[in-house]
Parts: sequence; C-alpha cells; structure tokens
Amino acid sequence: MKTKVLAIDDSRTIRNLLAATLEEAGFEYHCAVDGREGVDMYPNVDPDVVITDINMPNLDGFGVIEELRGTGINSKVPILVLTTESAPELKSRARGAGATGWITKPFDDASLIFALKRVTGAAA
Amino acid sequence: MSGSIQDTFFEECEELLEATDEGLTAIEGGDHDPEIVNAIFRAVHSIKGGAGAFGLDDLVAFAHRFETVFDEVRAGRMELDGKLIQLLLRSSDHLSALVEAARDGGQIDEAHHDTLLAALDEYIPEEEEDLTFEPMGLGAPAPVTDLGIMPATPAEPQQETYRIRFRPLKEMYGTGNEPFFLFQALRDMGDLTVKLDETELPGFDAMDMSESYLAWDITLVTKDSRSIVEAVFEFVEGLCELSIEGDGDAEAEANALAALDAMFSAPAAPPAADAAEGEAPAVPFEPPVPAPEPEAKPAAAEEKASAPKAESGMQEQRGGPKPTLRVELERVDRLINAVGELIINHSMLAQQIANLDVSDTRDVETELEGFKNLARDIQEGVMAIRAQPVKPLFQRMARIVREASAATGKTCKLVNEGENTEVDKTVIERLSDPLTHILRNAVDHGVEKPEDREAAGKSKVGEIRLSASHRSGSVCIEIKDDGAGVNRPRVKQIAIEKGLIPENAELTDGEIDNLLFAPGFSTAKEVSNLSGRGVGMDVVKNAVTGLGGRINISSTPGKGSTFTIILPLTLAVMDGMVVSVADQTMVVPITSIVETMRGSDDMINSLGADGTLLSIRGNFVPICDVAGSLGLYRESDRQAGVYLLVETETGQRCALAVDDIHDQRQVVIKSLDGVCGEIAGVAAATILGDGKIAMILDPESIIAASPTAAAFDTERRMSNAS
Repeated sequence: MKTKVLAIDDSRTIRNLLAATLEEAGFEYHCAVDGREGVDMYPNVDPDVVITDINMPNLDGFGVIEELRGTGINSKVPILVLTTESAPELKSRARGAGATGWITKPFDDASLIFALKRVTGAAA
Repeated sequence: MSGSIQDTFFEECEELLEATDEGLTAIEGGDHDPEIVNAIFRAVHSIKGGAGAFGLDDLVAFAHRFETVFDEVRAGRMELDGKLIQLLLRSSDHLSALVEAARDGGQIDEAHHDTLLAALDEYIPEEEEDLTFEPMGLGAPAPVTDLGIMPATPAEPQQETYRIRFRPLKEMYGTGNEPFFLFQALRDMGDLTVKLDETELPGFDAMDMSESYLAWDITLVTKDSRSIVEAVFEFVEGLCELSIEGDGDAEAEANALAALDAMFSAPAAPPAADAAEGEAPAVPFEPPVPAPEPEAKPAAAEEKASAPKAESGMQEQRGGPKPTLRVELERVDRLINAVGELIINHSMLAQQIANLDVSDTRDVETELEGFKNLARDIQEGVMAIRAQPVKPLFQRMARIVREASAATGKTCKLVNEGENTEVDKTVIERLSDPLTHILRNAVDHGVEKPEDREAAGKSKVGEIRLSASHRSGSVCIEIKDDGAGVNRPRVKQIAIEKGLIPENAELTDGEIDNLLFAPGFSTAKEVSNLSGRGVGMDVVKNAVTGLGGRINISSTPGKGSTFTIILPLTLAVMDGMVVSVADQTMVVPITSIVETMRGSDDMINSLGADGTLLSIRGNFVPICDVAGSLGLYRESDRQAGVYLLVETETGQRCALAVDDIHDQRQVVIKSLDGVCGEIAGVAAATILGDGKIAMILDPESIIAASPTAAAFDTERRMSNAS
C-alpha cells in the first residue's frame, strides 16, 4: 500500500514540484487547489498525511487544520504545514490549531520525504 | 523534470502578475474590498514561493518586500494612499521585469531595483526580520545531507551512542504526532533500543484517558550527527520532555563550559561529569511545558469566526474558475493544420463528385453537405481553443502607459474597454508591439503636459482609452487619447522638409494625418527616450498589415486622436469569394465585400482618359479592373462583367471588376511570408479543391494602386469639402 498524500496549495508550481517529488519517492499523490477543496476532498481521498499551504483563497491553511481536527471530520491524520515563513508565532499558531509539523518552502526533496516518514512511518 | 516545472512556474507567474495588476488597478480605481488586498498578497506570495524553489534570489527578495508591505496593509496597520498605490504599481511592474529577467536571462535595471527596494523599506516596520531564505532543492546539490537521508557525509563519521529520554505531553497526541513513527525514523539511522517507562501509569481506576503517562528510554547507536537526531524530534519540540545525550557530549560540554568560564570568569560550573552519567536531570531543548498553547486554539477559532467570509470573494468563489487544460500551442497548431487539410479535402471531394459522370448525385451531395458542416464545427471549435481574451495584453499596456508617463513627466490614465473580447492567440501576441508603440506615442506626443492641459481647460490627468470589440468577423482595437490631436501644420511641414510630399501639395486633413504612417516620418523635435528609437509609425502599420489588418488614424484638434486597428479574428481560415480574373482563380475576403452585381453596359460611365465609373442606384463608384491592377493579361476576349462592391476602412467605395464569381467558401490561409516577397494586391494564398493554388486578394491595396479610384476619391473629397 502506497502512502497517500493530500497536498493543498494554490500555487500550480508548488503542486507540480510536490507531485514530482512525491511520486518519485513512491507516494500516492492527490492535490487540491485551495483549503475549501482540500477539506471537501479529504473524506474521498482518505489520505495518510496532509500537506497544506497557509496562504490560500477560500479557506487558508489554519482553516484547513481546524476543520480537519474539528468535530465534523475529527481527523487524527498528520498535517504538515508548507510555508515560506519560519516565524515562530506562525509555527505555534499552526500547532495550536493541531498541525503535526511544518516544512519550509522552498523545500528540498530529501527533507520533505524525511518529514513525511517521520509523521507517517511510511516506508515509501 | 524541473525544467518543465520551471516553465509552469513562469506561466503561473504571468497569471499571478496579471492578478496583481488587476487588483492594484482596482484599488487605484477606489475599490477597497479587503479581498483584493488578500488576493494580491497571495499572488505575490506564490511568486515568492515558486521563485524560492528555483533559487531566483533577486525575485524572492523583491517579492518578499513587496509582500511584506501588503501584509501591513492587510493587517490594517497601513493606509493605502495614493503615493503608496503608485509605488506598489511600479513595484508590480518591476516584479514583472524581474520575472522576465529570470525567464529570459535579461538584465534588470539595478538602480531602479534599489530605489524601489528602498522605497518599499520605508513602509516596512523596523522589527521585520531579515529574510532567511535559503535557496535549496531542485538543481543545486541540496545541503540536506545533515538531515539524515543521504547516507554518506564527507568526513568519516564516528559511531556514537545517544541516550534519549522522551516523554510526550498530552498535547503532542493532539497534533497527529506518533511516537512510533519517530522511533522508526531513529531505527533507520542505526541500532535502536527502545525501552518503555511505564512507571508513571496510574492504576486503572485513576487513569485519565486524555493524559499522557508513558515515557521511553531510547538508545541509538548511529553515525549520524547530533543535529540529525534532534531533527527527528523537530515537530514535537515543546510538546514533550526530551533529553538527548551522546558519548561525545561530556567532552564537548566540558569544553564549552570551560570556554564560558573563561569568558565570564564565573565560579566553577557544576561538574561536567554530571551530564555524562546519563541520569542527570533532563535538559529539554525547549521548555517542557508548552507555552501559551491552550490560548492559541480559541484565539484562532475566534479569528475565524470574526472574519468568516473574508477569504471568499471576487472571481475566486467556489465553482468560479472553470476547469482548464493547458496544451502546448504546437499541438493546437497541428490540429488547425489538420482541420485546414480537412476543409481543403472537402472541397476536393466536392469537385470530384461534380466531375463524376453520374446522373443522380443528390444523396452524395446531401452527405457532403453534412461533412462540410461538421468540418466547419470542428474548425470553429479549434479556433475557439486558440481564442483568448485580450485582457492580459491590455493589462500589460497599463504598465507601458505608466512607464511612459513617468519618463515624460506626464500623468496619464489608461482605461480599458472590452478586455474580454477574444482574439486568436497569435494575433494577440503580434499585437503587443504595435500597441506598445502607439501607446507610447499617445503619451509622448498625444497627451499634453499637465500645465498645458490645465490651460486648455482639461483635467490634468490625460486619459487614454484602449478598447477592443468584435465587428462583423473582425476585431477592432481602438486607442483614443484626449490630447491635443495631430498638429497638422507641423506634420505637413515635416513631411515637406523630409521630401515626403511636394511643397505646394494640397492635402486633406485625413491625408495629413496619414502622413504619420509614412516611412521615416517622426514628429519628435528631439529624439526622446521613448518613441525616438528609430522606429516610426510606419513600422506599426507594417506590423498590422502583416497581420492582415488595417490601421487608421482620425484626429480632432484640441480633442485628441484615435487609432483604429481592424484585424482578422484568426490567421488561419477565412470566408472568401472565389472569383476568376483573367483565367486565374482568386479569392476575395468576404469581409470586405459589400455587395456583388453583374453589370450591364448602361451602368458604366467613363471618367477622364481611361477611368470608368459604375452607376449603382444613382451613385457613382470607381471601377477598378483587378486583372489590370495585378498586371494580368486576358487570353480570352471575355471582358470583366462582374463587380464586387468593396468598401475601404476610410469609407471609400470601389467596384472591383472580375470575370466571374464561382463560389463562396471557407479557405485555409497559407501565408506567403518567406515563400515570396510582398506582392501588392495579394494578401496570401490558399489551396483549392482541385489542388491548385489561388491567391487571396487584398482589396485595400488594389484600390490604393488604382489611378481611377484615387482620382475619384480626391474629387469626392473636394466636393465634400466645398
């Protein structure tokens, strides 16, 4: 079984980069173009891990985390925040909402995979 | 791989820059919807994110400042006043320039870059941290090695034993972190022993299921460095009690302490041996109690509640953007070619059938008609794929006007109209240069200086209106300024000085205006930075003509000038009338034909030595013999007896005399560029059903070359004037 990743990012470039990296590393890749779509897709994709951007239209990354952790879905799945900022307040706010970890953009393939393994235990 | 992703990035940049421009223009126009600011922020942010992935440092740095200013606006800490808006507009232009430079490898204007950075900095609060953005990843060898995935580190690493004490706080479980996976990550690094410490587990009755009681003692023997081991626990920092001790620590720590001691000459520190013993009090690298964590959640929730719909809006509403597919242009071109062949093939079949010696071909012809309709549907569908709104082009033009205004010290506003008008992509691309030139001219020569405008009782800010519309199978692009209009006496004088017209020439206003398009004409007193690039309006005219279009100017002194460009919708297929001229088959574009008629002798009147006029319902129209103007010679004695009444852009009418009309059909335009030079009167060629090549005529230039038409037109205008 491949580890399923749901990536939520409004930037096509970043989605393409993620797709390339993750598929290369043997993950099953799904993506959504904004937070709303991501949350809506979540039940169908049923991912093993979610990677979400922060700044997005319709529903931002914090909103995604809150909705996924919230009562409606009540997901325990690891959520990694993909962000260009490394400000501590941002990390702590994301964590407060229930994020599992964060990846700083620009990400490199190896640390992305490493982070995914750490939160999912994935072999691939 | 990353190459194609980089292409995507630049494509995406175009869209994002468009969104930025659009947003800024809306703000400039007085729209204060917070979502616009949000959208711009996100757009610039995405550019920064992508640029970071490709190591485009200049772009990242600039986008970051730009974005930071927007963040201030977004947070309501800064007012968007006129000055700031202008700065942001210029910054957005510069951002486009940086993207272009990154894509095409061009140079950027360093001085301008620094000026803008400094100007933006003034809006950024002091405490804004420096940008710590390390270009990593794709392409460059990643400095990831210390993250533990790459097996080999350059220096021969030593095996080391780490003793790790790990006790998660209950908060850790709420974040989706799982101790087991952390252990797995550690296991991948070397020999791992995990021992569960369950001593804190209370009795079953006293157990609070939401509490965290378990702790682990872990021993890891690995060649990886301490920082890699720590990296495993990166995400649970502050969510657990953690201590990591290595064999080498004692020594390292002792050294560090000694150094500290030396520095502060403090009393001897607690013996370093303590640490080495392993059972020392845990030294978490973050305070064990998660700081104001419980606060964070309600705060975040509250914020969400207070701004429930802030993130929705504009065209980004759910279901708003239609799903699209990106296709290489080349594939579409191939498809268009194939459709062209299909249409040609249809006419060939039709011809073959007509030539068959069969009595009843009605059924086949019905089917053939169906075939033709299908082919037309396909063709229209394919054309629609290439059709794009002129909006991006128009938005780029806003930038041109801003730059031109800044360079000339004038204030001009560009108003766009009909920017959703769709035109073939290639047409749009090739329109960019002519439009740029006309707009620069409009700012440089058309619009007056602010003080002159004021004196003339106009608003200080010049207005340039750029509009697009569809007009019976063509696209009409209009550039209208509210400047002083063409200075006709001056234009005439320059034309005389340059020897373009004789000194005593009597010219109509329209003719004087059209002198602007004469090769080598320039009204600029001195060569200015802007339009004096050795390129005149003649180049613009050639570019438009090259697209199968026409350009016109009309001007009212004191009120401004209007340039009108009429272009075909597509460069690939058109409706044409198949005619014969001196035993040759030719095609006349339908768009220029007003009506067709068979003439009788009594309709023909002579004018001057060998000019003829056609009388149509009481009006006289000059006759232009197509064969004659193309220099063709009739072998048969058949005389031209069929007339195509055409109208030029200036409203001049002329009857083109041809031998016969055969058919009205769609023809595939094959450009003659590169096959043979420019031929007056011929616009392009096409392939007919029988496989023969037919020329597509350009009525405009045929009329221009006709002496009768010219003579008649002068007369007409003189009689109008009197």
